[in-house]
Amino acid sequence: MNFLEFEQPIAELEAKIEELRYVGDDSDIDINEEISRLQKHSQDLTASIFSDLSAWQVSQLARHPQRPYTLDYLQRLFTDFNELHGERNIADDAAIVSGIARFDAKPVAVIGHQKGRDIKERIHRNYGMPKPEGYRKALRIMQLAERFKLPVLTFIDTPGAYPGIGAEERGQSVAIAENLLAMSELRTPIIATVIGEGGSGGALAIGVADKLNMLEYSTYSVISPEGCASILWKSADKAEEAALAMGITTQRLDGLGLLDAIIAEPLGGAHRDYDIIAQSVKETIRQQLDELQQLDLDELLDLRQKKFRSYGFTQ
Amino acid sequence: MNWFKKLLPSRIKINSATRRTVPEGIWTKCVNCNAVLYRAELVRNIEVCPKCSHHMRIGARTRLEYFLDAEPRQEIGAELKPVDALKFRDSKKYKDRINQAQKKTGENDAMVVLMGRLISMPLVACAFEFDFMGGSMGSVVGERFVRAVDTSIEYAIPLVCFSASGGARMQEAIIALMQMAKTSAALGQLKRKGIPYISVLTDPTMGGVSASLATLGDINIAEPKALIGFAGPRVIEQTVRETLPEGFQRSEFLLEHGNIDMIVDRREMRDRIASLLSILTHQPAPV
Repeated sequence: MNFLEFEQPIAELEAKIEELRYVGDDSDIDINEEISRLQKHSQDLTASIFSDLSAWQVSQLARHPQRPYTLDYLQRLFTDFNELHGERNIADDAAIVSGIARFDAKPVAVIGHQKGRDIKERIHRNYGMPKPEGYRKALRIMQLAERFKLPVLTFIDTPGAYPGIGAEERGQSVAIAENLLAMSELRTPIIATVIGEGGSGGALAIGVADKLNMLEYSTYSVISPEGCASILWKSADKAEEAALAMGITTQRLDGLGLLDAIIAEPLGGAHRDYDIIAQSVKETIRQQLDELQQLDLDELLDLRQKKFRSYGFTQ
Repeated sequence: MNWFKKLLPSRIKINSATRRTVPEGIWTKCVNCNAVLYRAELVRNIEVCPKCSHHMRIGARTRLEYFLDAEPRQEIGAELKPVDALKFRDSKKYKDRINQAQKKTGENDAMVVLMGRLISMPLVACAFEFDFMGGSMGSVVGERFVRAVDTSIEYAIPLVCFSASGGARMQEAIIALMQMAKTSAALGQLKRKGIPYISVLTDPTMGGVSASLATLGDINIAEPKALIGFAGPRVIEQTVRETLPEGFQRSEFLLEHGNIDMIVDRREMRDRIASLLSILTHQPAPV
């Protein structure tokens, strides 16, 4: 288990428990009682620390190196996943995975950002930062989904669209903009779930949906806390303040009328139990899909337009 | 100092400090070639340097003033004002930034929308006010743009938008991000009606604005040498740790890479857009 800085007291307790277990193996003193007492203590401590997390701590959890990624959910939520590659032009962008699969036996299309676990895979996945070809691949799969009447389920987890020379040359802006427009009128239900980092336009480019869900410790923001801090505070060190000011957590976003569901995470965060969090995500999507599939398509699109139309606060 | 200057009596030596400041209103200086220009001449030339053709940044109202016929004009969404829904504060409160920007520009927010005519052809024209918090897009900009689209649909008349923006407004955080979806969704409605939308990207058009309404034109036009892109050049340089190619993210670079339809000089903008719109709407060529 990898512990974050603010989890250090929990980490120390867990280390102590491990130590006792080790001692317990080769001594005849019964320390089981002590172990279970410490375990209870560790749980209470975790509950107490996690009941009052700062925006910055949540954003660390959202980027936790062991956090479940799109492929971890695909494995647990779907059967018969067939990955489909490429945008039919220049490259297959590994920062986005997409394909067709079955969800409760029903045919669906799936699109998600994908990060890597180790250095090699992180580079291969470009740290989950798509290039235009990634967004164009996503668009191709969405259009395929529309043609074959497959609902689209997306999983959002990206620091943002890739800021690179080639990405700009190949029209990063246009690629994102075209997805926003296409998703607003795609004639099939779309459900988007933020599983980790919802980084700006790079997240929204697969996030225009009939239902928008966020995991409890995921984040969604217009710019990364570091980016915001370096522009408004003129120093990336103020990321903690920027995270707080932008209100990037589910707790702060809840009152803004953007979210359809906040999915509770297991104690200590999604990375503590992949199966439990996958099950919760599955339940939420199942309910929403049932609801959306009862609407006729004109009604669905009308509601989607109204939803986006309502975004904003003016006087 | 050359030999001639040495001969000059000291009292008529030119003071380089005072030389640089030109009296406000009569003279002005080109920010690109440093040529000293008559203010009146520059105005006649639509804020384009007569010496080097540099296109100066201009405000939203000035822009529309140049672009539209003098009569008639009707403003859309002027009553909308920004709200600090998140109680955002960085080194300053968002509320104070709004007040300051309003005083500086005389505008309520960073976009002006007018319904009017272009060489007698009725249309709706939007322009970003870059001096209002970097032309950033928040709720008011999003809502005004959507109302511009609605007006275009209601009267079945074309839409033109001049963008000049740093992107989504950070002080409105996620709500600003969602304006990208909101404006793009509205443009989808417009496209379905077969009403033309021409987007003019001016210096600078970046981030969330470039990745939504500004690149969704049926025709995308740029002014010469405008900075246009998704990520800022500094961010890219820090990420890729390479020197950026010459002219990177400038209009000419975008044209070369197939990202925009054309580059149009500001002095020819009215005629060119009128010509394009008249073809797309099956009307006789404008005279």
